[in-house]
Amino acid sequence: MTRTVTSTRTFVPAPGRAPLGRMLAAQTAMEVRLTLRRGESLLLTLVIPVLLLVGVSQTSVVRLPGGDRVAFLAPGVLALAVMSTAFTGQAISTGFERSYGVLKRLGASALSRRDLLVAKTLAVLAVIVLQVAVIAVVALLLGWRPAVGGLPAALGLLLLGAASFSGLALLMAGTLRAEATLAGANLVYLLMLAVGGVMFALPPGIGRTLEFLPVNALVDGLRSVLEHGGTGPARVWVVLAVWAVGSIAAAARWFRWE
Amino acid sequence: MDSPAVEVTDLVQRYGRTTAVDGATFSLPRGQVLALLGPNGAGKTTTVEICEGYRRPDAGTVRVLGLDPVADHDDLTPRIGVMLQSGGVYPGARAAEALSLVASFAARPLDTAMLTERLGLGGVARTPYRRLSGGEKQRLSLAMALVGRPELVFLDEPTAGMDPQARRATWDLVSELRADGVSVLLTTHFLDEAEHLADHVVILDSGRVVAAGSPAELTAAGADEQLRFTATPGLPLGELLHALPEGLVASEPRQGEYLIGGRMTPEVLAGVTAWCATHGALVGDLRIGRRTLEDVFLDLTGRELRP
Repeated sequence: MTRTVTSTRTFVPAPGRAPLGRMLAAQTAMEVRLTLRRGESLLLTLVIPVLLLVGVSQTSVVRLPGGDRVAFLAPGVLALAVMSTAFTGQAISTGFERSYGVLKRLGASALSRRDLLVAKTLAVLAVIVLQVAVIAVVALLLGWRPAVGGLPAALGLLLLGAASFSGLALLMAGTLRAEATLAGANLVYLLMLAVGGVMFALPPGIGRTLEFLPVNALVDGLRSVLEHGGTGPARVWVVLAVWAVGSIAAAARWFRWE
Repeated sequence: MDSPAVEVTDLVQRYGRTTAVDGATFSLPRGQVLALLGPNGAGKTTTVEICEGYRRPDAGTVRVLGLDPVADHDDLTPRIGVMLQSGGVYPGARAAEALSLVASFAARPLDTAMLTERLGLGGVARTPYRRLSGGEKQRLSLAMALVGRPELVFLDEPTAGMDPQARRATWDLVSELRADGVSVLLTTHFLDEAEHLADHVVILDSGRVVAAGSPAELTAAGADEQLRFTATPGLPLGELLHALPEGLVASEPRQGEYLIGGRMTPEVLAGVTAWCATHGALVGDLRIGRRTLEDVFLDLTGRELRP
């Protein structure tokens, strides 16, 4: 083997891992950009919640309890928005990343798997902040006057809800085929839209049987603290905490990277 | 720095009832190029993915840069570059974005614009990955393996799907990596690629190492040189051998095609042409050649097509 190669010393090894902050920032920014670039995910995360908020509050197509339509709808739409990003969007994108080998490729990069999950969580939170800001502004313009005293509890409930939905999303994406995750995550979204008490009050009997679902608990909790202030019923905190711990533990146990 | 870049000893990997790798042993010294060569299903990708830390072997040991690829995974990842056989990039990410992302994981990454130009991806830097051609995807994947300035790169079928120009450019790049001191473990089923690039060729078949050595060693081993020529059919070969130095064999495998085996010297060549002249036979297509790596490969792995 006699080869003459003119080397410019370009590839002389100089390995090393970048500072963690830089890696997390780059990965999080990538995840956020990709989410906002996908038309269908933008539809799910922003367009549908805002349309529901405006459409249902400004018409009388759907009969709502109480006189203040926006006060009833805004908490439901916020819960829906969190679910769309943390559950539906994350399950679908993670499922496809898994099937396209993106997770596998990142597994051989200097970004550890734990840091990848941290970046995914940060990206979900960043999108949720954007959603909450847009929905809150639209609701305020429509005359929403939430109880200021309930805002800290609302924030806590949103975070706990996001954690539950993320755990469920990763559990689904990490165990099912990408196509099954796509179908399943959309189906669950539609079902929760129907039975989650987002747009209309459930009949009391049905409401009580479904109050253990994370969407219903989040909607009930947000409605309570944003209308009346305080910290809301203990039940919703317990339900959300159980879902968060259970789903994250299950995802950690069964998630498969390939 | 004394441990080899890759050291694989008695490696065994099973998937259910099939044994993908069956006792493979080989070693890649630092700064050299090793090619795992074999037909589809020979166990090349499985072997590489065990070295990359994707799975724990059922038996045997693997050391990469002196480390255990599974237990020391997080210490190893900044030091290696990985090019998977396919995929591995967000379909919606632009080529330049995907490269910058991996660059941001490295302490001292290469200039991504330089690398993009170098691999002929300048024109598609803003094109989403899913719209790149097969060859462009391969080149992007190669760039992503190199951008962190690794000590060792794993290239799984690096030139599959590339056009001849891109393939040549990739060969030049691998040669440059070697010249700069990067160790390279690549898999290929192109014989010319292994022959052209590798210091060491390991031929795998059904998970076993059937031959290993430098391309020169492999093509020389057990294979005498040959002289082939065409002439009038039915020449008396016994008479020809009398006219030539001792220790040669002659045959006529097909009508009018002759093969002389043994040690080739200028006297043999002169003897053959002179003897043919005395028989009024015009010699054509005269060629003295060694066995090619292709002959070695086909002799070892069989000539039938595999499913």
